[in-house]
Amino acid sequence: MNRKDPLVLGIETSCDETGIGIVRGDRLLANVIASSMEEHARYGGVVPEIAARAHLEALTPSLSQALSEAKIELSEIDAVAVTSGPGLAGALMVGIGAAKALAVALAKPVYAVNHLVGHIGADVLSGDPIEFPTVALLVSGGHTSLLLVRDLVSDVELLGETIDDAAGEAFDKIARILGLPYPGGPQIDLAASGSDPNKIRFPRGLSLPKDLEKHRYDFSFSGLKTAVARHVETAETPDVGAIAAGFREAVVDVLLTKALAACRDLEVPRLLLGGGVVANARLRGEAELRCAKEKVELRIPPLSLCTDNGAMIAALAAQLIMAGFEPSNLSFGADSTLPVTEIQPDRAD
Amino acid sequence: MILAIDSSIGTSVALVADGAVLAEAESMDSRGHAEWIGLLIRSCLTEVAVEPEAVTEVAVGMGPGPFTGLRVGIAAANAFAFSQGIPLLRASSHDAIALDTYSNGVSGPLLVTTEARRRERYWSSYQGLSAIGAPIRVGGPGLAKPGEIPLPEEGAEILRTLEADRVSAAWLGLLAERLQSGRGELLGPEPLYLRSPDVTLSAGPKRVTR
Ligand SMILES: [Zn+2]
Repeated sequence: MNRKDPLVLGIETSCDETGIGIVRGDRLLANVIASSMEEHARYGGVVPEIAARAHLEALTPSLSQALSEAKIELSEIDAVAVTSGPGLAGALMVGIGAAKALAVALAKPVYAVNHLVGHIGADVLSGDPIEFPTVALLVSGGHTSLLLVRDLVSDVELLGETIDDAAGEAFDKIARILGLPYPGGPQIDLAASGSDPNKIRFPRGLSLPKDLEKHRYDFSFSGLKTAVARHVETAETPDVGAIAAGFREAVVDVLLTKALAACRDLEVPRLLLGGGVVANARLRGEAELRCAKEKVELRIPPLSLCTDNGAMIAALAAQLIMAGFEPSNLSFGADSTLPVTEIQPDRAD
Repeated sequence: MILAIDSSIGTSVALVADGAVLAEAESMDSRGHAEWIGLLIRSCLTEVAVEPEAVTEVAVGMGPGPFTGLRVGIAAANAFAFSQGIPLLRASSHDAIALDTYSNGVSGPLLVTTEARRRERYWSSYQGLSAIGAPIRVGGPGLAKPGEIPLPEEGAEILRTLEADRVSAAWLGLLAERLQSGRGELLGPEPLYLRSPDVTLSAGPKRVTR
């Protein structure tokens, strides 16, 4: 196997995006994403069985598209990489089945990798990757995690995570309460534009001194959701713009306050953002302001690498290969709750 | 040489060629499809001592079967066929069970059922073998409670019922071979789910105030 500049094909099917990415070392060659988001719209959230069915349909067409974008033959690749967790079990298994068959058919090694660490791995494709250690904040419809990354391939620690809804999920639920369509993120952004974010102040979850003792870096959005719902129900004529702006402000504020507290506490002046919620302009803007104020270096990979994608999975595996790690045993399975400390589960000894 | 894969119950993989089974490997673990699929494909290739390039077609069981496991085999079959640029031959997993049964001395009307969870059975009914040696399906595939499976009009009194608990990829491969050479009917890309995704639309957000 080429360990210096490996050509890696990555498969990501942990939620509702079928991602096929191809990288050579730390260079991006292709990043094809097929999303089943529209099929979930009428349910207001991701339906696991619908997502899994869509992965199966999208898999080979996406593979074929990625190979032509990368202008390579499948037989040229050095390794196959696949997300084995965390995520929706039935969805993960589609990618795993395909990845293993590819690996056996091509007689190439397979690397099972952690989806969350993959989000961080996306940054190495930027051409000017972040230094380690770094604090990383991953926010999407499926996760809200604050991590300390001492080393991308060998040392990632979970500082905190959501104890109820993911941040992206909260956007979807509030959009529903406000009568806005799915997905909620862009809709809330649209509704909030031009409104005063401080007109209505909604609670910041787990931010009171007594909560901070136990949940310094954890998040909670269910109380916020209830507060918004109560406000909408009791207001005579709810000001949708102000509610959306106030809600968004509460989410952005709590995310960045806790992330920057981690940077300060741990004396790590670097923050990496990842996950689909990074598409939120207010989050990006506030992050830039606050990081500049606190002299924290802020890194945000391009949006196509922030949402779930196969390139980040390939990129992480390429880093593992270049660092000399062995492939995974062919017997690994899907682990819907894979801890972030397990960067490459089931590695062969 | 056909690589045959079926994960509609357990995970079964085989290599067949010219009506003969060259290798067969199987796991009965009804939850371990993702874990087993790669190992079983590799073990069949190793047993026959051939390179993956020697495979000329991939046959796959399209179910019916519990979705999560079923999809693992179909995803693997898709990927293998894609990687080699070879045809994918899709067939009913129940038809493979029927062929297995008819080839072992049984004849006449046959009802095949398999576990569908939620106190239901997947079922298909057959009338015997066709001229090309493929089972003639006369009913199904369907999904029903055990006492409510519709019986075929002809031969109901001599119908044999087979409650199957495994599907052999070897028979699936032999079936695909017969269907292909005899121009029999293969299936399309949609798995035989027979159930819509489990979703109930809620009436809207719950009230939090009274
Ligand atoms: Zn993600």
